[in-house]
Amino acid sequence: MSLISALARLEAVTTGRAQPAATVRHRHLSDRPLVLVPLTTAGEAGAPLGALVGTDRDAPQLLVVPQPRDRDLRFAFLAELADVVLPYVEAYADAVEAAERNETDPETGKRVKVEVELCADAPQLIVPSRAGIDLVRLLGRSMRFRRTADQDPETPHPAPPRVPLLGRWLTHFGERARVPGSSLLLAMTDVLARHWATGQSTLEDQHLGALLAWIDPPEGTPGAEAALTAELARDARGQLLCPPAGPATDPAFDNKLLAPAIERYDRARTTLAAAEDGLEADDRLAALTAAEREIRALVESRTRPTWDAVWRGLDLLRELPAGAYAEERWTRDRWSFTGHRDRVVAGEPPQPRRDDAVTAANKLATREREQARLDAQEALDDPLVMAGRRLAGEAFAGEVTDVVMAYSEGKRPSPRPLVTVRTDDRPYLGERAKVYRSLGGKPQAAEFVESVGPEDTGDGAVLLVLRIVDKMGRGKEPEAGSVPEKGHRVCFTLFEHEQRGGAKLPDPEQTPWTHGGPPGEQAVPEAADPLTPEDVL
Amino acid sequence: MTAQAGFDPGAAAARATDAILHDTLHGTHRGVVVDSPPGAGKSTLVVRAALELADAGRPLMVVAQTNAQVDDLVVRLAEKSPELPVGRLHSSDADPYDKALDGLPNVRKSAKAADLTGLAVVISTAAKWAHVKVDEPWRHAIVDEAYQMRSDALLAVAGLFERALFVGDPGQLDPFSIVGGEQWAGLSYDPSASAVTTLLAHNPELPQHRLPVSWRLPASAAPLVSDAFYPYTPFRSGTDHGDRRLAFAVPSDGSGPDRVIDEAAESGWGLLELPARHTPRTDPEAVRAVATVVRRLLDRGGAATSERSAGPVPLTADRIAVGTAHRDQAAAVRAALAELGATDVTVDTANRLQGREFDVTVVLHPLSGRPDATAFHLETGRLCVLTSRHRHACIVVCRAGVGDLLDDYPSTEPVQLGTLVKFPDGWEANHAVLARLAEHRVPWRP
Repeated sequence: MSLISALARLEAVTTGRAQPAATVRHRHLSDRPLVLVPLTTAGEAGAPLGALVGTDRDAPQLLVVPQPRDRDLRFAFLAELADVVLPYVEAYADAVEAAERNETDPETGKRVKVEVELCADAPQLIVPSRAGIDLVRLLGRSMRFRRTADQDPETPHPAPPRVPLLGRWLTHFGERARVPGSSLLLAMTDVLARHWATGQSTLEDQHLGALLAWIDPPEGTPGAEAALTAELARDARGQLLCPPAGPATDPAFDNKLLAPAIERYDRARTTLAAAEDGLEADDRLAALTAAEREIRALVESRTRPTWDAVWRGLDLLRELPAGAYAEERWTRDRWSFTGHRDRVVAGEPPQPRRDDAVTAANKLATREREQARLDAQEALDDPLVMAGRRLAGEAFAGEVTDVVMAYSEGKRPSPRPLVTVRTDDRPYLGERAKVYRSLGGKPQAAEFVESVGPEDTGDGAVLLVLRIVDKMGRGKEPEAGSVPEKGHRVCFTLFEHEQRGGAKLPDPEQTPWTHGGPPGEQAVPEAADPLTPEDVL
Repeated sequence: MTAQAGFDPGAAAARATDAILHDTLHGTHRGVVVDSPPGAGKSTLVVRAALELADAGRPLMVVAQTNAQVDDLVVRLAEKSPELPVGRLHSSDADPYDKALDGLPNVRKSAKAADLTGLAVVISTAAKWAHVKVDEPWRHAIVDEAYQMRSDALLAVAGLFERALFVGDPGQLDPFSIVGGEQWAGLSYDPSASAVTTLLAHNPELPQHRLPVSWRLPASAAPLVSDAFYPYTPFRSGTDHGDRRLAFAVPSDGSGPDRVIDEAAESGWGLLELPARHTPRTDPEAVRAVATVVRRLLDRGGAATSERSAGPVPLTADRIAVGTAHRDQAAAVRAALAELGATDVTVDTANRLQGREFDVTVVLHPLSGRPDATAFHLETGRLCVLTSRHRHACIVVCRAGVGDLLDDYPSTEPVQLGTLVKFPDGWEANHAVLARLAEHRVPWRP
């Protein structure tokens, strides 16, 4: 934990309210996000119990699996989910704008500009917590290799038509969520915790109810107390007042309410199957429907508070102005969405279970680059984040006290002005360290020359002499405005603002011997996970 | 202790080197892996292998991890064989290489690989090699510090060579990535694993060698480092007890720093223990203690006697280093040293001290004053680097209570299927080192 976040958390404890950790919103929020609040059944990873899903906060769609062990009911749930999610996703696929992309020409090997389509906007999925993202990934994996009856008439348990496609999309969302700064799939707890520091541990911050209790406690209640209530308070029947955001449910709910209800449902089903005439069947069908309605009511009672909490979180986040660079990162999300749309349209097979060596290395490189970019952009967007970096010795701000013109040696001398900055910060500057400041959105580099310590300035400040080395134009004299002037406030960072692209890795077919050689052609499409004796549910 | 009777370190090391060179020059395998404990002559081996490969007329590329390592290798090669045409491939940044290279007549420097074709040896960093494209691969490569190289970095350069010698120290810090790579844990080509792990997972039949003797570590340190960090691949020190001596002209003033210096001079280890306390990372008291110990080391006129020279050599600032876990701690120590007027002492983090050697090191214990022990602070390699940089003595500055802290925080990292579990784990290594240091404890209340 950085010093500034430790400080913010201590302040949150003393004031009883979460403290801002950001002054702008660092994640893009769609005008029309699709919120998904899923629940799973205890005992089997990824066995859905139900979900609230939709784009309208007042009219969520409730999907329920009344008997989670019944695989037909589970498929029915997934098919319903596909009917909600896929139309939402596909609505963004058609509105496109023209864009350019650099590609390598296969014949000449040169980099050329290619005119391509870029989706004008992209869908955004929001789940309550990080565990929700894991479930999205798990559902994606369990669905994308399924075969429909159309694809394979022989398959023993054909999936409903659109379920494998939903699996591919959820996999894409889940995979994109691993990229730092991406916003295609967000966990509300992560986004809120990015923007507010609470007086509890980061582990406790993953409880959406407790987190909101710190950020926006009820009038007159301190955050700590409100968070404790959210975590522990139970009603007369022993049920949590604020049900966990899921996808796991509270065991007291499972044992006392859910299990008896499912049992009643099972009984109703058995008796219905044993009905001997139409009249009897009618009665028993009514009983079954009532039992199912009871389970639906139970699932809704546990998901609705979380649903409302997610929207409340969205309200809080929307009050913050959007960070300037968040839009740029969202554009990359749009590229990612467009790319997967094209792969689906082109009829490519679903994402493989495991990445090959080259894909894995490429993904890791991309994510490291995005992480570094995110760290830099958040600091540039937000003085509070920059303050944290300054406190950590990774940046400094101050006033220019002197500018001396100087020139580089050589045939064509270029301007290399020496700028003295007076700062109260204590940056960890090494000999000839490079520092950067933002000049019209572009980074200008300078070199650290020397410093005068606080013992000589006498008032705790240090004087840092920097040599500006670029972005001053081509002439002998620097362009107007390209060199800070005496009295200007400036902020330099020790970290770079833009990330260089890494080296190009070999194509997967060229995987070297050290990494097992080329992966080889996949002759048959990957099969779905087979049913094993361990699948007891 | 006469445990080394009958063991001739020079002969053992020579046998190992001969076997390595034989496999490299005449073996049938595409790769040879050499594990080298701290100070076992890894660089010497790399230089010798490079010269023999060049003599055999095989075009050679050398991959190192940092520019400092590359420049160091170039200088060593030129020292050994001034006639050998060597290419230094560098980046197009400003000041891409050490200016010392300009004085070497047979070293050609360029940012383009094409300018260096035909030279016997071409040396660069893995990052720079990754940008090089060739029609015909090099016959041979040497990959230095291969345990600190990430698997994906090897993937980017492995197409450039046919065969390779991989040299490195398995006990030092593993490569790291700034984002999680759990997704690929257990895959043989996990991009965030070390290059050697991937190489051996795919080519288990490759010959693996080990250098058996540390020439750097004194007889007092080799057993501790070997037992704590290399329990299954032990090594010995090249020198015996009594071969090295550290003495001070100015007698102790009885203070904690002086007593710990005397203890370390006598036994090779010293633990300056401050009262137990939870502190911020840049614990001002501990930082000042480190600086004071360094100041006293310089003031007391130390002299180091070793096999390298006939008489005692003065212990000067450039022969002393301070090691920390974090960069802000290093910066705080540097500031404290500047106040005491000791500026030429190297102060750096474990990551940056890797591969370097000093007479005396002063270490701020990674767990000192912490309320918790994270995977970062428990990492085996971090402690191993910090406690294996010295030729004479190592002084650790630490707050009391680290033993209890370790007991409160056993390693809880999830075990991933298919990954090679590293032994010993950091928790155990920390306990082992702490137990040995406790024998040389000097409690001090500043």
